Order: sequence, then C-alpha cells, then structure tokens
Amino acid sequence: MTLLDVENLWVKFPTRQGVFDAVRGVSFTLGKERLGIVGESGSGKSMTGRAILRLIRKPGIVEADRIALEGRNLLDLSEREMRAVRGQQISMIMQDPKFSLNPVMRVGDQLMEAYLLHNNTSKAQARAKSIDMLNAVSIRDAERVMRAYPHEVSGGMGQRIMIAMMLIPDPKILIADEPTSALDVSVQRQVLDIMDGLVKERGMGLIFISHDLNLVSEFCDRVLIMYAGRIVEVCDAGKLHEAQHPYTRGLLNSLPRLDQPRKYLDVLARDESWADAPSVGGQA
Amino acid sequence: MTALQIDTLDVWFGDGYDRVDAVKGASFAVAEGESFGLVGESGSGKSTILRAITGLAPAWSGSIIVEGMALTGRKRNRAFYKTVQMVFQDPYASLHPRHTVDQVLSETLTLHGLTDIDTRVMKLLDDVGLGGKFRFRYPHQLSGGQRQRVAIARALAGEPDILLLDEPTSALDVSVQAEILNLLTDLRDEHGLTYLMVSHDLAVIGHMCDRLAVMKEGEIVEVMTADTLRQNNAQHPYSRELLNASIVA
Repeated sequence: MTLLDVENLWVKFPTRQGVFDAVRGVSFTLGKERLGIVGESGSGKSMTGRAILRLIRKPGIVEADRIALEGRNLLDLSEREMRAVRGQQISMIMQDPKFSLNPVMRVGDQLMEAYLLHNNTSKAQARAKSIDMLNAVSIRDAERVMRAYPHEVSGGMGQRIMIAMMLIPDPKILIADEPTSALDVSVQRQVLDIMDGLVKERGMGLIFISHDLNLVSEFCDRVLIMYAGRIVEVCDAGKLHEAQHPYTRGLLNSLPRLDQPRKYLDVLARDESWADAPSVGGQA
Repeated sequence: MTALQIDTLDVWFGDGYDRVDAVKGASFAVAEGESFGLVGESGSGKSTILRAITGLAPAWSGSIIVEGMALTGRKRNRAFYKTVQMVFQDPYASLHPRHTVDQVLSETLTLHGLTDIDTRVMKLLDDVGLGGKFRFRYPHQLSGGQRQRVAIARALAGEPDILLLDEPTSALDVSVQAEILNLLTDLRDEHGLTYLMVSHDLAVIGHMCDRLAVMKEGEIVEVMTADTLRQNNAQHPYSRELLNASIVA
C-alpha cells in the first residue's frame, strides 16, 4: 500500500544569480517500508525530506505535481491543516539532538507538551504515555530522564528522546534526517535497532536520509541515490554494492575498507552529464 | 628514532568531587615517520591525549617526550610548535570567518618567524592542492573539503615533523574524505611527516595508520598493528565489539 506519493517535486531558491534548483523533479513512492535517500551534502536529500512536510522557509519555493499522503494532496492544505499533519501523520527526526531540544525545558515537560498539544487528556496520562515512550526507546531510568534538562543527557540518549517525542503521536510516516551521524558507531547501532523495531512493530513508513552508504545498505529496504537535486539511481538496499551508476560506484569506491588495503583511495571523478540526466522514478 | 613517547599519561578536568579522569595511565610510542591511530567512542579520551600534547588540557601528569624534549605543564616553547602542529575536526569552526586564506596563512608564517611570506603562501596552497585562485577567499566561500585543506596548509606552515590529526575527515562527505586522506598520504611521503591520528572510524585508521591503540573510558585497552586489525585478530573484547560494529556486511 502506498502511504506517500511524490510526483515531480522541485525545490527552488531565488538568488541574485537567478533561481537555484535544490531539488529538480524528483518522484518516488513510499509504502510501509524503509526507504533510504543517500547523496553528498548539497545533493538535495534533506531538502526533499523537508519539502514533504512543507518546512522549506521563504523565499524557498516548493513545487510538485503531487505530494499525496494516503491520497490527500498536502500541497492543497492550508497552513493550519498542515500543522495537524506535522507530527500527527508525518514526523521528522533531525540530525542533532543538541539543537532540536529546548535547552531550558525539562525533557519530561517537552515530551508531555507534544502529547498534550495534540490530545485532549490529563497531565497524568500524558506523563504515563511519555514514560512509556521513553521505555520503548530503551531508556532505563525514564523517571530520572523526565526530570533532566537536555544538557544533562548524552548525545545517544538525546537522540532517543527525540525519537520518543516523534513517536508519541503515533505517526504513519517517520522522516529521519541523518538521525545518527552525530553519534558514535556503537551508539548508532542501538538507535537504529530501536528505530527498526518501532517501524516494524507499528507498520510505519520510514524515510531515512543519510550520507553513509554502508549504513543505508544495511538498514533500509530500498535506496534512492541523489546527485545535484535528482535521483540518479534506485536500487534494493541489499544490492547497493552491485549498483550500476558511475556516481554510486564512485561513492562506494571512495570508502576506505579494512579488507582491501591500498595506498590511495579512488577519488570520485564527476561527470557533467550526471547532473543533466533526467531523474529516475523511485516508485515501488 | 622515537618521534613521540608517552608514558603513564593521566589527564583530568576539575578537582575534588567534580574531578573527571579523562585519560588514565596511557602509554605508547610513535616512531619517526610512523602513523599511529587512536580509536574509541566519544568520551574515551582520544582527543584529550592530543590536547594534552599541545598544552590545551588543563592538568596532566606522566611524561610526554617529543623528539627528545620532555614537556611540562601547559606552556609550550617555540621549538615545540615548529615540531608539532594540529589539524582540528571541524573545518567550519577552526578558521577565522573574517580572515582570508591569505591572512590565515601569512599570520601563521609570521608567527613562526619566517620570511619570504608571499612565495611561501603560494607554495603552501600548491602543496595542499588549492592553487593561487583560493588565496583571497574567505572561509564561507570555500567548501568543507577546501577548508580542511586550508587548515592542513596552516598546520604545515611551520614545517613541522609531527602532525596531530583530530578526526580530520569526520565532518566531510565520503568522496571528499577520500581526497583529503590521499592528500595526507602524499604530504606524509613528501615531507616525511609523523602522524598521530584520532578517529572513531576504524576503516579510516586502518587505511592511514601502521599501528593503532583502542581506547575505552580513558584507558588504552589494546595496541595493535593495522595488519592485526585487518586479519580480525583483535584480542580485547572491546576492540572486537568496535570492529564488529564497523565492518561492512
């Protein structure tokens, strides 16, 4: 079943030197799956994620034939209706918990605020729900964390708190924008395992934006590879290492590998034509 | 000859009740021309060792000997900065936003007491593969990789023997990371440099270094060669755990 259907998405920024197209005609669908979007910085992967939630700030312009959430076109909604979609239907986890949590508010109050805003319930119930969610993301001493301020928790725990916060309203789609790149390798695993479990359990759709090819190939079902605002290749995550496009191959070859020591790493030789080739459709 | 010898190094922050022991009894030696890696998760004290060497850590005990000179306290003399230089993790934060590349490099050269600055600036830019057209740019006009090249050029200005590299590529894309690592490989050959490199990425350390130390909670748990790492022969359970977490499926 298709949860999200994006057709011909453009994100434009007018500048003094003319209009800059950050995303250029991207189309893809998302079912109850884990969809990875990879690319270098500036490839438009984060912009794609933000555009879905209409979080591109002015003067940026989002244009698309359709961004349909279960058949409802998000582009037709008013800003007020859109606020009901954000968080409730589609949630987003940002890269760095340090900048995404309110530094002067206790973690518990922030979690409860998210819940109370969308539900007409008592504080006690919001509190119980928040503690449940903290437990769900494997935070052991939830009571203590509820009383803590964001600077009193570690990066990995902060990111798990963010995930808990995003999951409280029980969204259908989770957009994770580099959720683990601020974290250590070992903590990264834990956070991914938690996300993986929750996505499977609740049957959510996940859009996982990352620059880490290995991580995506392991963690996702399907991968879109973006270059200069376009999708250059779509492949099954398990078969990422058999990818055909020279850009994907170049990215894979530029990674140092423990099993193949060599003096120099391959450097990505960019080809003008990659940017001009039409976008590949990412429909399932 | 040993370029860098560290014995029972302790580094701590704060005192009394608030005291945090960031590095506990670390000992290792780096031979001249060798590349030595420090790996571990954040908070394991790997960057703190580099900061202690350069005098940026508040309090330490033990011994640090750089090319035969024993270091004391936080003060470092001129000879030290001629021998040891550091490249920091975040190229976005380590360059002055209102200084051009030219200002950054010529100031450093002047501080090292060098003359003939004009030609030296050009030489440095050529060395790191930037060329003259980047000379009068500001940091915001450069990409992350180009900024890291400027930071490397700045470190090379005093013609040091030892470079301390604190996660030099962790803020960069994989394609740019490959370029910077190749540059570091070239520079090591050209200038006969010794590297002490910190990273959380075992693959990067395995690629660049001859030997490495695995750190956990301030202690060095294992020192091994890169070959041992590649053959998956790490002994300590924590090194194995780290290795498993970073191996490509």
